[in-house]
Amino acid sequence: MSAHSQGYIIGAFEHPTRKAPDKSNAQLHAECAAGAIADAGLTKDDINGYFCSGDAPGNIVSMADYMNLSLRHIDSTDSGGCSPLIQVSHAAQAVAAGKCDIALVVLSGRPRSEGVATGTTPRLTGSRHPDGQYELPMTLTTANGYAMVAMRHMHEYGTTSEQLAWIKVAASHHAQHNPNAMLQNVVTVDDVLQSPIIASPLHRLDCCVISDGGGAVIVTRKEIATTVKRPLVAIKGAGESVKHQSAGYFDITTSAGAIAGKSAFTEASIAPADIKYASIYDSFTITVLVQIEDLGFCEKGKGGSFVADGNLISGSGKLPFNTDGGGLCSNHPSNRGGMTKIIEAVRQLRGEAHPAVQVANCDLVLAHGTGFQLGARHGGATLIMERE
Amino acid sequence: MTWLEDRELTAPEPNEESCQYWESTREQQLLIGFCKDTGKKFFYPRAVSPFTLSSNVEWIKANGRGTIYTYSVMQRVPVPFALAYVELDEGPMMLTNIVECESDDIRIGMAVRVVFKPSVNGPLIPMFKPA
Repeated sequence: MSAHSQGYIIGAFEHPTRKAPDKSNAQLHAECAAGAIADAGLTKDDINGYFCSGDAPGNIVSMADYMNLSLRHIDSTDSGGCSPLIQVSHAAQAVAAGKCDIALVVLSGRPRSEGVATGTTPRLTGSRHPDGQYELPMTLTTANGYAMVAMRHMHEYGTTSEQLAWIKVAASHHAQHNPNAMLQNVVTVDDVLQSPIIASPLHRLDCCVISDGGGAVIVTRKEIATTVKRPLVAIKGAGESVKHQSAGYFDITTSAGAIAGKSAFTEASIAPADIKYASIYDSFTITVLVQIEDLGFCEKGKGGSFVADGNLISGSGKLPFNTDGGGLCSNHPSNRGGMTKIIEAVRQLRGEAHPAVQVANCDLVLAHGTGFQLGARHGGATLIMERE
Repeated sequence: MTWLEDRELTAPEPNEESCQYWESTREQQLLIGFCKDTGKKFFYPRAVSPFTLSSNVEWIKANGRGTIYTYSVMQRVPVPFALAYVELDEGPMMLTNIVECESDDIRIGMAVRVVFKPSVNGPLIPMFKPA
């Protein structure tokens, strides 16, 4: 039995807010923590492991102080938006090893209220980042970095803007049922193509929303998980990796998901075809396409035809994805989509997704994310979870 | 069609390791890394080999020619610009901008050559224009 297979998610909470001008980030963070603890039927003092990342205001020590936590295990891994996926994996290992009993993983942020020019301003600045000084004058933002992946993917594999648009269309079909989603209107392929180009070839509707909010999950061992009155959500496999520029020799169309996904599937002893629902990080439509290929849901280069014609729409498509509307339509708190990916996957396993998008007999799911800059250097992490 | 105008470039902050690179651009010379243990060239240049982690590296002059591997024209900014990875003749790819051309004329695979653009109160920045 692997360390991961001894880990269970017993609490999950997504903050309902998408705009929180009157709250501090620390407050949001604590509200997310409280929500997940309550969902698990626990109290704050049951927590003795704490995981948060670069989005936590101050740092992990500041937030442990703010929430007055008593801890014997901490982890502040930061791989950008996929950090919570990595941290759930690390939490499962920690509870299996006895380093802690009940672990709290939190993400929060308020880029919308803070007016962050997400996506269109440089990400790395200053000489602290070894690569930042080479990139800053070039103005590598988020949007144009991901757009370069799309441009090359189109060149190599014939992927089209129409195919990418289908990813947004599918997300919007799901978001119409989510009262908390920022964008609840169903859109068409034409709507996406008619929206203005942000960074060619990506349109405005190829991009995710900018939202405030956050979420949290609770991870523990089976003997504790069976004592709380929540469905048993077991972590069956996990993987993580980093993809980068490899000294100048790299394929920009392949992500860290190729390694992270393989690790997770191997550990879970299942194949992509066994997955009933997938949460796939959707900072941009191209992010989804590349990850679907790298995770093995289709052949490399065939993602365009795989996602087209509603194949990602719950109820009609072969791979229902992001049934909450995802980052493309619902929520992308702190510009980091990893936590909401886990939470919707947990909802699906529990049967708590909106009835219109709940996948029938949903007993095996995947959540996957990237972090930082898909086109230059990024983390990637996969979780495979099962309802027991 | 959008002619890619010169724009204000934020100056990099050279550090102890990279000052040689930025001093070299003042002479309109692009440097890349060379690992003397493996004979491989690399970008971005660094004082430690990305192939072996040994310090047996040197900075060598690139010929300034390459081809466009991928690009994106950023539209949602006051002055549109084209971000790109250019595959240098020497092998490695570098992140740069494509300049002095119509944005619609840019193609993957296009031959380009280096041109140096001023940054605000900083060194010259290596960018590429159609060869």
